[in-house]
Amino acid sequence: MMPRTGRLVLGLALAAALALSPSRVPAQSSATPAAEAARALGDLASADGAIRQGAVETLGNLEDPAVLPTLEALRAGRLYLWTQPDGRRELVIAREKVTREGKEVLPLARAYDQERLRSADGQDLYADPQELEEVSADRRLRGILQQVIERLRLLSPESKVRKAAAKTLAERGDPVALPWLHQAFTREKDPWTRQAIEEGFCLLTLSHPRADERIGAAHRLAEIHGTNALPRLQELLTQEQDASALAVEKDAVRSLETWTHLTRTAYAVFSGLSLGSILMLMALGLAITFGLMGVINMAHGELMMVGAYATFVMQGWFQAYLPAALFDFYFLAALPLAFVVAGGCGWLLERTIIRFLYGRPLETLLATWGVSLIFIQVARNWFGDLTAVIAPDWLSGGLEVMAGVQLPYNRLFIIAFTGGCVTVIHFLLTRSSVGLRMRAVTQNREMAACLGVRTGRVDAWAFALGAGLAGVAGWALCLIGNVEPGLGQNYIVDSFIVVVTGGVGKLAGTIVAALGIGWLNTLFELTTDSAVMGKVLILILVVLFLQRRPSGLFPARGRSVEA
Amino acid sequence: MKIRNKNTKDTSSRAAACRISVVVALLAGLLNWTWAAAADDLPPIKVGVLHSLSGTMAISEVSLRDVVLMAVEEINGKGGVCISANGSKMCRKIEPVVVDPASNWDLFAEKAKQLLLVDKVAVVFGCWTSVSRKSVLPVFEGNNGLLFYPVQYEGEECSHNVFYTGAAVNQQAVPAVDYLMSEEGGGYKKFYLLGTDYVYPRTTNKILRAMLKARGVPEENIREEYTPFHHQDYQQIVQKIKAFAAGGKMAVISTINGDSNVPFYKEFANQGLTAGDVPIMAFSVAEDELRGMDTSALIGHLTAWNYFQSVDTPQNKEFVKNFKAYTKRNNLPDGDKRVTDDPMEAAYFGVYLWKQAVEKAGTTDVDAVRKAAYGMEFLAPGGKIKLDERSHHTYKPVLIGEILKDGQFKVVWRSAGLVKPEPWSEFTNPDKGCDWVDHEGTYTKK
Repeated sequence: MMPRTGRLVLGLALAAALALSPSRVPAQSSATPAAEAARALGDLASADGAIRQGAVETLGNLEDPAVLPTLEALRAGRLYLWTQPDGRRELVIAREKVTREGKEVLPLARAYDQERLRSADGQDLYADPQELEEVSADRRLRGILQQVIERLRLLSPESKVRKAAAKTLAERGDPVALPWLHQAFTREKDPWTRQAIEEGFCLLTLSHPRADERIGAAHRLAEIHGTNALPRLQELLTQEQDASALAVEKDAVRSLETWTHLTRTAYAVFSGLSLGSILMLMALGLAITFGLMGVINMAHGELMMVGAYATFVMQGWFQAYLPAALFDFYFLAALPLAFVVAGGCGWLLERTIIRFLYGRPLETLLATWGVSLIFIQVARNWFGDLTAVIAPDWLSGGLEVMAGVQLPYNRLFIIAFTGGCVTVIHFLLTRSSVGLRMRAVTQNREMAACLGVRTGRVDAWAFALGAGLAGVAGWALCLIGNVEPGLGQNYIVDSFIVVVTGGVGKLAGTIVAALGIGWLNTLFELTTDSAVMGKVLILILVVLFLQRRPSGLFPARGRSVEA
Repeated sequence: MKIRNKNTKDTSSRAAACRISVVVALLAGLLNWTWAAAADDLPPIKVGVLHSLSGTMAISEVSLRDVVLMAVEEINGKGGVCISANGSKMCRKIEPVVVDPASNWDLFAEKAKQLLLVDKVAVVFGCWTSVSRKSVLPVFEGNNGLLFYPVQYEGEECSHNVFYTGAAVNQQAVPAVDYLMSEEGGGYKKFYLLGTDYVYPRTTNKILRAMLKARGVPEENIREEYTPFHHQDYQQIVQKIKAFAAGGKMAVISTINGDSNVPFYKEFANQGLTAGDVPIMAFSVAEDELRGMDTSALIGHLTAWNYFQSVDTPQNKEFVKNFKAYTKRNNLPDGDKRVTDDPMEAAYFGVYLWKQAVEKAGTTDVDAVRKAAYGMEFLAPGGKIKLDERSHHTYKPVLIGEILKDGQFKVVWRSAGLVKPEPWSEFTNPDKGCDWVDHEGTYTKK
């Protein structure tokens, strides 16, 4: 039961007694509305404002969610009286207008059950706008309507809608909603929706004329961390007459403020981790191509873009060839494609351009920059700009971990995925024979060649691996941002910063640098209260750091690839 | 689209006709033609098209080039620009000169100079970003050129050589915020002004802040924040919005530009905020940007413009149909999946306004065209618009739309009639006005 304080129980009893009608079991939507609802619906069309108002109130008291579309239509001005050819008048909801035989007509649906209206021979009925008489809602009716709609939304099967309704009712500040919220609370199963409804209830009770009620509500708000009520409580502090209530309210404000700080901090830790994981994912490929091999690849960002476009292409295939039920899996199916396509591009790039430029960093830089421009323009010409990647349903929304903190699933997914990638790469480099060869070539090319390692081939595969990782990063970034030709440009500088700060040649350096920069960026943004300043401070810090330690956090001892 | 021919007994028109006939005579003599030059043999009028076709702005500006070329094709199809002089009618075709300033602000000035001095165009249709407009401004003013600028902008400019066919701040941002504050719009009391860090958002928000203050919104109910271009990480900002939204009645006013929009809206939705709790009113999101985005996170949020593709007028239906046919016929990317939006409409009717002004003036001479254009009316796709009598800006209707799943907008509010443009906002510069008839541009009101 919600109120732990006895005083509030009393308040609830009072509120329940105030309720206009006893609670009913909501009528299940049946083909014909219950007699009372039918009468009330008929009254909606009355010319008398008082009767219409009464009808809306009656419909609210019925607590039948099936009348919701009708009331919403009334508010939106889409509810009409339609005179049928045989003279009968019926209440109808008009849908979006369509053009048929050169005339604009409205498709009609019956009020209440929203059944599409058909003529005797089963044809869909359309009406000329002139045949319809709008059932209008004046200002006064709209106010009541809004309240009744929110009341019915408390019965919605979707917890999101119930939550929003509780919030809206509380914000409207009309105590008439107290019994509704109380009923909704007793029914509610979902813990976060319960919290939201209780918060709304207490928020309304804060305006109660009796001090003990206000004290109970303030108490409870502090307990359930109802931060939404903070502005109202702060306002109350300046108006409160009762000394004991004032003390409790002050306590509640203090406790809620502490809670707000706590959640902000908790979220900052999470967003730092999330930003760090994204940076890490982007820099992972670069840590191999630039870190281990010493190739300054300006087209790295464009390889990410290739991965993102591979995801887009896979989405297109799923839409075209597979049933809609499987659509959400396109994203997983796109992962290997992104890796292979980007890796393939990387392999080609290495074989055709980069291998001739080993040991000449400036030429490599210019050549790969040119390649990046080509990639961008090709993507623009090839794909145009209709390239929305739709995030799969299972990665939309978020996990609510505490009041006011919702961790987005896409970010949680990327954190986990990055962790997986780092682990795989680590084992690949340190525990596999491929990794051994790669490290051998990096550290001493001549000696490795003497021992029979085909250095050229190792270079190509190492570069392809780095490029493939860039493609995977592009795949993951589809969850955060937009897929467009210039996508890579947004990330390339950040990736280089991470690798250089971490220390060229060390995977551990990249990991620590990515997380460090992610957290510091969040911290700076939090303290300076500005995204621009956060970024500026990070760059200053990196410059100062590199002044002191030019070879980064984890300086490499080996040699870069030489020609 | 009916264009009326106006007979004017302006002396300058006669002078211009003389000038044209001299040019014709010279050309005819050179090519050893007969004197009986038919109307079609008159040399075409060159016009410049100055929109980025590559680089970051290409995504928006290519559509403006397309729509300008379509207007030119339509006009040429009906005979061209026709000037009546001495009782006879002379028609000249329009020849567009398309250049690519490649989203590079310096290149904009260079290309503008080339259009005016080398190609000697009569008028230029172009620019999108405010910085590109600022960079070509000295070129147009120094060489007395004429620029039609089609995008909504921050105001505080009153150039003799630019016609602004997009909205000033009082024709977009101010009514949008007024709508949010109204009972119909939800009665919002707290505002989070969020934008990309450059001149348009900063100036717009300066005006909005002054306006909110004038409307009695206390300072603590307004927040203002900027992010760099291409910003992708909106986690902290959404957290701040969430904290600021406690207690309800809060709306976000977004002047976020370009590719930052998707990460922002996605983060917003994923942290559990909805358009019902906290609506986002955006001024830089139009149909053309939405068609390349995953709109699922944007549904229900609001935008304010002067035109939507969904505007229900016969001339708009015609315009949309013609544009889709045009892109398909010319094999432009995405063919008939293309959409129209506010800057495109403004770019389109800009060409017609200029044509109408030339026909009224009887010449392409910049000063004569400018005088003829004052107060000119035109039935644009979105409805009738009118050029201001004094300030080179345009009277426009204001519409507020809700984003739908298909990337189109449902109009939820429209202004009663046309809104008069205010290049200098009444909130930030109440003493300034823009007038080229009785004053020399910007003047101080008494």
